Amino acid sequence: MSTEKVLEISDFNVDFWVDGVWYPAVIDMNLGLAAGKVTAIVGESGSGKSTTALGLMSLLASNARINGSVKVKGEEMVNAKSAILHKFRGREVAYIFQEPMTALNPLYTIGFQIVETLRNHFDMGPKEAQKRALELITMVDLPEPEKSINKYPHQLSGGQRQRAMIAQALACDPALLIADEPTTALDVTVQAEILDLMRGLKDKLNSAILLITHDMGVVADMADEILVMKDGITVEHGTADQIFNKPRHPYTQQLLSAVPKLGSSVKRVLAYRADAKPAPVLKLTDVTIEYPKRGRVPAFTAVKNFSLEIYPGEIVGLVGESGSGKTTVGRAAIGLLPVKAGSIEIVGNEIAGANQAQLSAIRRHTGIVFQDPASSLNPRLPIGESIGEPIYLAKIAKGADLARMVEELLDQVELPRSYRNRYPHELSGGQRQRVGIARALALTPDLLIADEPTSALDVSVQSRFLDLLTELQEKLKFACLFISHDLAVVDILAHRIAVMQNGLLVEAGDRDDILQRPQNDYTRRLISAVPVPDPAEQRIRREARLAAKN
Amino acid sequence: MKLFGRREKPIGEILSGGESAIANKEVEGLSLGQIVRRRFFRHRAAVIALFVLFSVIVFVMSALDTKIGPLRIPGWWRWTVEDIPELRFEDCPGGTIGCPTLSVNPFSGFGLGTHPFGQDDIGRDYFALVMNGARRSLMIMFIIGIVAGFIGVVVGSISGFYGGIIDAILMRLVDFIQTVPIILIAAVIGKASGRVGPVFLALFLGLLGWTGLARLVRAQFLSLRELEFVDAARVAGASNARIAFKHILPNAVGQIIVTVTLIMAGAILTETALSYLGFGVVAPDVSLGLLISEFQTSFTTRPWLFWWPGFFIITIALCVNFIGDGLRDAFDPRQRRRITKKDRLKAKFEVKAGA
Repeated sequence: MSTEKVLEISDFNVDFWVDGVWYPAVIDMNLGLAAGKVTAIVGESGSGKSTTALGLMSLLASNARINGSVKVKGEEMVNAKSAILHKFRGREVAYIFQEPMTALNPLYTIGFQIVETLRNHFDMGPKEAQKRALELITMVDLPEPEKSINKYPHQLSGGQRQRAMIAQALACDPALLIADEPTTALDVTVQAEILDLMRGLKDKLNSAILLITHDMGVVADMADEILVMKDGITVEHGTADQIFNKPRHPYTQQLLSAVPKLGSSVKRVLAYRADAKPAPVLKLTDVTIEYPKRGRVPAFTAVKNFSLEIYPGEIVGLVGESGSGKTTVGRAAIGLLPVKAGSIEIVGNEIAGANQAQLSAIRRHTGIVFQDPASSLNPRLPIGESIGEPIYLAKIAKGADLARMVEELLDQVELPRSYRNRYPHELSGGQRQRVGIARALALTPDLLIADEPTSALDVSVQSRFLDLLTELQEKLKFACLFISHDLAVVDILAHRIAVMQNGLLVEAGDRDDILQRPQNDYTRRLISAVPVPDPAEQRIRREARLAAKN
Repeated sequence: MKLFGRREKPIGEILSGGESAIANKEVEGLSLGQIVRRRFFRHRAAVIALFVLFSVIVFVMSALDTKIGPLRIPGWWRWTVEDIPELRFEDCPGGTIGCPTLSVNPFSGFGLGTHPFGQDDIGRDYFALVMNGARRSLMIMFIIGIVAGFIGVVVGSISGFYGGIIDAILMRLVDFIQTVPIILIAAVIGKASGRVGPVFLALFLGLLGWTGLARLVRAQFLSLRELEFVDAARVAGASNARIAFKHILPNAVGQIIVTVTLIMAGAILTETALSYLGFGVVAPDVSLGLLISEFQTSFTTRPWLFWWPGFFIITIALCVNFIGDGLRDAFDPRQRRRITKKDRLKAKFEVKAGA
């Protein structure tokens, strides 16, 4: 029985209807998946991988058209009657989505939601279902199962929510589990735990997993077989070993080479001599930042006694998991958040306690690139105006002079000059982040703060973006505070690295010291949890991690 | 069949776009304003409503004399509200008086006659009365829209932008005004101040009608001010006023336009209701609600006295509502366009070139 395919996809096509024209999103996909095996579909955004996931069970919007054949346990799913689809969804095919907060209903306890799934598909009494739900919750290692079963989604952390989602998905012992970017929203250490859990459950329940992800590290950790997609076309299909070690298609090779790897980048020389440090551009001394209490929500100290100095011409990477306070530090350093105690100096000017006029004078020395390319540009302004705004407001230039300066800035970030008149929605994520840099560099700042500028970008776009940033930094010699959750990215860019956890500075030092000789446990854990795009290496690290745990 | 046509991809997805390359096909090279315009013009009911409303306004405004200060623009209709021609009673059904002379019988041909809408009790031309009433109602509608829109936007933006104590005070004011029953207060004011005229009534209704809009604008400001482009503007050195008016307000303009339209549609009905109860526009001035109220006793004998004011009330309110609906769909990213079988069959197949 084990050789029988759980999922068979042949000549699978999905098209989307846009304005009277069908655009293909998935073209001629073929795939077979046996029980207990993991096949990963890898690709960058827009490659059609999520469309495939939803299309398999006809879950797409009404402007989609599906052709071809999808057989789950021998039963045809394409154009199947809705009764058959209902029977299979949840029962034989279960989904795990990217963002568990939106996939779970916030109004019901997780226990209720699991019981509901169970009783929908099985003839089961409420007590029996409750018992089974408890079993499932225990199985996915949620802490204190008896208590967790009565918790609402908002009472759980991101990783716990994803575990609850998995418990719900596994409620009916599905033959096939479709996991659409199951760990993208999670921190690396949590991601490693969830992947371990999924691997363990797969072996226990003998389910097949279709894993959809853009993260080569996750793929290396999980997949038996890999399917690489680009623009809806399957460019390469092979075993994990073959794809990672002998990729044939140039796109696969390009994709693999774009993935940042820890410890593979060249040594970055400091811009100053260690024994003769120049005056720091940014100097944070014992900074404490508190979010004041609002109504019944008590005050929350996001950053405690944080000290860091950044010298001219160097890039300092600030690393930490979500909630560690790294973004708070970045925003406070530019005066967007009030400081409760301590001092922040930018080129010798104190920010803490400065008034509006002083602040705007200090801000001329700084620039900031934000995390989210979708919201960091005003959708109603052409990008030329967004870029030129700091120059205009600083009364440096206007009219034709301003236009010329904007064009020069666009040249610098390698965007065509004609983009001046375009609107943000016409640009891709990577292009928008370039516009963000151009705006941040408009006043030729001494200090650039980059708050996770690449976290929303595809790997290939990210690697181009990082190249550009390095180039600009070498040319313009600004100091940079680069905030990121991704150690591999920081490794490429930074001269020095600071690690944060729960609002505290855990460790700071030279890049190579931190990455190769970490002194702190947390830093070590962070480094070992970063997935490496190499199945063999990944296996060794996984075993080491498990050994450390037991 | 593209009636009630809608866009297929939410603006949110377009904004995060580039990622969803297919969804972007439709908006390539367009500004947000152009996208909204395209979506609005695809909403066929709204476009028809816009056309009808425009025609009604032109028709009503040009029918009678218009006085602007000393200037007098003559209307094309032969009677005015002041004229009292002789009452017609020949050919009238059941011994009634002043029946309409409008004939649309396909056999005997189309004819306006002297009094197409009929005459009132003393012989005044009912067409002139209805035109005058419609004018009043339209004027009231626009005044309420402008006054309520202005106050609502100002209060809402201040409240949402500054937050804290200012927000608390303004929102309590909103709560207070919302508890006031408009009909009752209007009745008291109308009685107390006597015949102050329709402009005063409109201003008064506008002063009470802005609360919903203020809440909406406040909510928009609250969510927009958290977006990163606002921080970016602040870092660039923009003042509070610049952030509010250049960066935040333009992004809320969609919601504002839609709500104001719906306020206007509601206003025309409120005015009608008030006048019907005798608290709004008072004789000798004329409004549509007043006309209906005046002749309510003759409903069974002379029903045409209801048809025409009723027709104009419904037409205007319906048109404004449809336009509001179309605007909401055009601005609302969540609306998707329905696709019919016919669309599917008609669609061309295009293979994405290389990209």
